[in-house]
Amino acid sequence: MAEFDSVGLRYGTGAEVLRDLDFRLANGGFYFLTGPSGAGKTSLLKLLYLAQRPTRGRIKLFGEELSEAPRDALPPFRRRIGVVFQDFRLIRHLSAFDNVALPLRVAGAKDEDVEGPVREMLAWVGLADRSSARPPTLSGGEQQRVAIARAVINRPELLVADEPTGNVDADMANRLMGLFTALNRLGTTVVVATHDVGLIGATPGAQMIRIEQGTLTDPTGVLKHPPGRA
Amino acid sequence: MFDWLFASPAERRLLGQQKLRGPTPWVIAIMSFSILIIAATGLALANTAGVLTRAIEARYAVEVPNGGGDLARITDVVRRSPGVTSAEPVSESDMRKTLERWLGPAAAASGDLPVPALVNFDAGADANLGAIEQSVRAVAPDARIVAHRESIGPLLHSLRLLQWVAFGLVLMLSGAASAAVVLAARGALDTHRSTIEVMHGVGATDVQVTRLFQRRIAIDALVGSVAGAGAAAVVLLLLTAGASFAGELMGGATLSGPDLVILALLPLALTALATWVARTAVLAALRQAL
Repeated sequence: MAEFDSVGLRYGTGAEVLRDLDFRLANGGFYFLTGPSGAGKTSLLKLLYLAQRPTRGRIKLFGEELSEAPRDALPPFRRRIGVVFQDFRLIRHLSAFDNVALPLRVAGAKDEDVEGPVREMLAWVGLADRSSARPPTLSGGEQQRVAIARAVINRPELLVADEPTGNVDADMANRLMGLFTALNRLGTTVVVATHDVGLIGATPGAQMIRIEQGTLTDPTGVLKHPPGRA
Repeated sequence: MFDWLFASPAERRLLGQQKLRGPTPWVIAIMSFSILIIAATGLALANTAGVLTRAIEARYAVEVPNGGGDLARITDVVRRSPGVTSAEPVSESDMRKTLERWLGPAAAASGDLPVPALVNFDAGADANLGAIEQSVRAVAPDARIVAHRESIGPLLHSLRLLQWVAFGLVLMLSGAASAAVVLAARGALDTHRSTIEVMHGVGATDVQVTRLFQRRIAIDALVGSVAGAGAAAVVLLLLTAGASFAGELMGGATLSGPDLVILALLPLALTALATWVARTAVLAALRQAL
């Protein structure tokens, strides 16, 4: 699914925020990315969802070398990735329905093919009656659920989530993790950055990636040589 | 090719639905108005120059500096010369009326002021001007033949020059309109930066993002262009209605059918230019992002 070889990242002329990342994520794996604040979790996720190019090293995603791919080549790969941003990044002037429908429309789906899946997804995250509400009128938890619905609406091959349960109650957190687990069972590779160690324990089969000061901890070597999917 | 013009309601909602979208339509309207007025002036000047050129191409005058002489005989000699198609004397009273415009009524009434005698005539290509001049000098030794194009030459040169100035102004205003569109496009990109980031994040291509801005700026430009052109048409109609005197003076400075077609196409050309500039500016700006 993803291969990082000696990857480093720096912003501008500053110090490297990520150093010597050397790991592989298996197809269909479920990974929790943990580490203290400022360790580089969000930067690593940006590399994964192709919002940032590495300043050195190589990144292979979906079997393609993408670290130096021309920008015109990236959109098809981004459509295979679902992203839940830490700050949600909903479009303020669009309704919850239109926000969730955006990935489908960008991928070229017709209106009649959008309506059903979006309604279903909004119902699943408990927002069926809020489909026409705009983000500023939604609570933090509701916005996060819209963001999650948008990330998974087109059944991504890779789901990247940055603190996806940070603004929801425990019950909703469990439901969302249940959704992630269900997607994972369908073959989606899931990477969740979180501080919530309870989530990790509650997700059987998940592996933990720990990042500290821009480098990965992989004492068992499982990230370097991930097992094949059973 | 023009599918970007027909955005779905969902695509239209992506940039919000506000009706008045900043200064762009107003700037384009002012540019369109100015371009049309200047272009119409340039075309009218070109037509005037053409009319004048054709009118004086074969027109000459016999001038007798100190007047007097036998105007009727001079006219008769000219008329009988081979190749002359028509000859009309300018009467002394007409000459004095002309002088009155410049020198006042006293000069016109004064018998002390010598008035040159003048016979205008049209000559075909087969006319021998040297022979005509010799014949005329037999009657009035000081007479000389002057081609009208020599007298009007500086005026024609000025008209042609003004025509090019108008063309240059149209180009400059089009450039200024393009610059305004670039600024508007960059402003729109800044305003909608978060929307663009989300769209890129979910896999939108630059072309998909650009379509949204291109369509919006095209509509702004079209609204502005048509409004400016409408105002210019009203002004031109008013000017045309009050231009009878100027028309006589300039030999009928009018706009032909093809000229009107050109003027009608200018707002559309301005819209097309603005749309192309917007597309180019947005694509260039998007390329700076990942």
